Amino acid sequence: MIASVCHLFLALVGAPFLLSVINRTKAWIAGRHGQPWLQPYHDLLRLLRKGAVYSRTTSWVFRAGPLIGLAAVLTATTLVPFGQARALVAFQGDFIAFVYLLGLARLVTVLAALDTGSAFEGMGANREVWFSALTEPALMLSLAALAREVGGNGSLSLSVLHLGMSAAVWSRTGFVLALVAVAWVVVLLSENSRIPVDDPTTHLELTMIHEVMVLDHSGPDFAFILYGAALKLWLFAALFVGLLSPVKTGLPGVDSVIALAEVMGVAVGVGLVESVMARLRLPSVPQLLIGACAISSLAFLIERHGVLLP
Amino acid sequence: MLWTLLLIPTLSGIAAFGIQRHPLRRILLLTAAVGQFAVTARLWMDWPQRPAPILDGWIGLDALGLLVLTICGVLFLAAAVYAVGYLEHENHGSLHRDFEEGSLFVNEPEAVFTGCLLLFLASMNLVTLSRHFGLMWVAVEATTLFSAPLIYFHRHRRSLEATWKYVLICSVGIALAMLGNFALAAARPPGTAHGNSALLVDDLIALAPQMNPLWLQLAFIFFLVGYGTKMGLAPFHTWLPDAHSEAPSLVSALMSGALLNCAFLGVLRGHQVCLGAGQGLFSRELLVGFGLLSLLVAGVFIVGQTDFKRMLAYSSVEHMGILALAVGLGAGYAAGLHAVNHSLAKGALFLTAGNLLAS
Amino acid sequence: MTGLLEPALIVVILTNLAITASSRLAFGIRLVATQGVVAGLMPLVLSPEEVTVRLVVIGGLTVVLKGIVFPRLLDRTLRQAAVRREEDPPFGYKASIVGGVVTLGLAFWLTGPNRMPLPAPLASPLQLPAAVFTLLTGLFLIVARNNALNQVLGYLVMENGIFLIGLALALEEPLLLEMGILLDVFFGVLVMGVAIFHISRAFDSIEVDELTTLKD
Repeated sequence: MIASVCHLFLALVGAPFLLSVINRTKAWIAGRHGQPWLQPYHDLLRLLRKGAVYSRTTSWVFRAGPLIGLAAVLTATTLVPFGQARALVAFQGDFIAFVYLLGLARLVTVLAALDTGSAFEGMGANREVWFSALTEPALMLSLAALAREVGGNGSLSLSVLHLGMSAAVWSRTGFVLALVAVAWVVVLLSENSRIPVDDPTTHLELTMIHEVMVLDHSGPDFAFILYGAALKLWLFAALFVGLLSPVKTGLPGVDSVIALAEVMGVAVGVGLVESVMARLRLPSVPQLLIGACAISSLAFLIERHGVLLP
Repeated sequence: MLWTLLLIPTLSGIAAFGIQRHPLRRILLLTAAVGQFAVTARLWMDWPQRPAPILDGWIGLDALGLLVLTICGVLFLAAAVYAVGYLEHENHGSLHRDFEEGSLFVNEPEAVFTGCLLLFLASMNLVTLSRHFGLMWVAVEATTLFSAPLIYFHRHRRSLEATWKYVLICSVGIALAMLGNFALAAARPPGTAHGNSALLVDDLIALAPQMNPLWLQLAFIFFLVGYGTKMGLAPFHTWLPDAHSEAPSLVSALMSGALLNCAFLGVLRGHQVCLGAGQGLFSRELLVGFGLLSLLVAGVFIVGQTDFKRMLAYSSVEHMGILALAVGLGAGYAAGLHAVNHSLAKGALFLTAGNLLAS
Repeated sequence: MTGLLEPALIVVILTNLAITASSRLAFGIRLVATQGVVAGLMPLVLSPEEVTVRLVVIGGLTVVLKGIVFPRLLDRTLRQAAVRREEDPPFGYKASIVGGVVTLGLAFWLTGPNRMPLPAPLASPLQLPAAVFTLLTGLFLIVARNNALNQVLGYLVMENGIFLIGLALALEEPLLLEMGILLDVFFGVLVMGVAIFHISRAFDSIEVDELTTLKD
């Protein structure tokens, strides 16, 4: 219980740090020095101190969007296990709740974007929703495959899956888990609007997907959105390492440290991917996402029909 | 005796690729055709004493095989005689003008044509002589591969299109027939499948009553679809009109008269095994169904044809349908008689068509 | 060695999905070559204790043929035809991947437990579905692709699938017959390669929907 609360605080505090890890990695690859480690925190504080500007064409939807979105992501944080501890809130089917809480956050962001009546936001909302519709089957199917495999009798709780993963499971069904991992990487990159799906540093509105949806928010609203995005990245990274990493010692403190290191490792990985690859052409992104769906369906089908390994 | 049937065409075919002078090559063609005919006549005279099977019983002759072999031999002799004049006529210059589209084209080198013709005959012989399903499969695939260059003799766009369709559709069909081979082997009662003799026709007919009916039915379906594609049964006949209309007439005569019968032999062997296993009703119903469909399709398409050879090709589809129908109704002798009739008549028609078109 | 069976089958399934998704022809040739090599090595993986001369010869020949000869042949055809990718297949690439997954499900369903009594127990429950999936993918490629080279790749995938089905049914074919089959496939690909070269010269493209002169 105490461990779960500690992990919750760790997530809340550490989420923006992931962003700076990614940026520093990209800078290091590019030969630059990069921004200070605590830059995202400074940015968030600065935004919180500013006043917000609201367009006259918007309504309460636009003001409520960032608030509800942040609330949804915070609630989802309580569902994610970390280290050797269960999540703060764990029940059968909580991973479906997790996916739908994130979906709610996306929904209110999209509604706020459409509320502005601007063409750019509408375009961004369209792309975002299209891509997330393609990503969701991949996410669900890979979780379903994991549930069958790791959760013993097919448990639907993230915490059970998390605690059930170990090196023994990898040696038993390594290949299927590798497929799930590949699908998860694509899902992670897509849901968090990173390259190769979306370039977070682009300043050309026509090439933006997620960034253009939040173009009109300012001040504290924008701070909430940025923080929510960072927290979402943390959640995905934590789930990725928690559900798939075989490195578990069984000791609570050590496992937490290992999990933290792995989450940072994921951030470094994202930074590397962003440095090495360019964004995919827009028509090719659905292909990538459908490919991820295919891989996770393959993992699910193999799981369902049973694999015999000596 | 059986060795000569295989070796004469094969060796002549390989030799024909290397011979440079046209008259010498044409004499080789004629000699091989006459030799084939002579050996077949000798086999008829020796009947009912069958020649000794060779290669562990993999190659042997039964009544059905002899019938198809004879048809092949007679037609090939006629085609060879025709070929001498035809090749001489076509040899008058390097560029020809296509009378349908007006474009210029060249002909295939005569050596390739003659060589492939003889190897085509060799592979058809192998089909009629094989007593092993696997070997028969290899031989049928070989007929596809050796007849493809024959269709592409006049090197223009239409014959290229016909050749491509022929190669692709027939290769796919025959690959499906391979699945039939597997299903047959899987149908054997457990414990009896030994490497060398797993797919011998005689063995399978003897074992037939104990075979798994489900696998046997599956095997027959694959044979019907696979070899039926090669044979020209609807709805797998789509390559036939194109290939037969674009190939030189003597090739069309050979394909219509001899090759379709060889493919039918594949279906018949499967049917024999089914009959032995008591599944005769199943296979006969399928044969009747596809036969009627071929008749219907051919009847519909033949009405609007303006191209004479294409019309003859659809007529071949129709006659193959009649053959399937006959066997399906149980009239085996009638089917055999019709096969001989059809081959001789269609061969003559195609050769005449060639003369008509040349003039 | 038997621990390699399932990864090998998963590689086969993944190559099938990748071939349906890819528009670049050279990549498709590599994928089919990989699939052929994995399929050729499968007998060795299935029975590591009884490595007979027959197994080694067939495996070796298959690997050389499908891994080296066919890609070289097809690459040369590709170069002569001067094409890089297929642009607009009748069944789009995104829809193809979805179709591939549906076909995979279909393959699992068709070969489900107790549907057909098998002559010998399978070494892995993935074997028959993977083989049937390969066969169906090959057929799909032949039917749904306009490019002649893609159709040849479909034929090769189909042959791989049939080979895998034969392995799954544990059929022992004599050495000569296996070599005869390989020879047939080789000559088939050879003839198709020559045909594609001629098509590229006569029609200035290898898209099969240009071949529409002959029709009723």
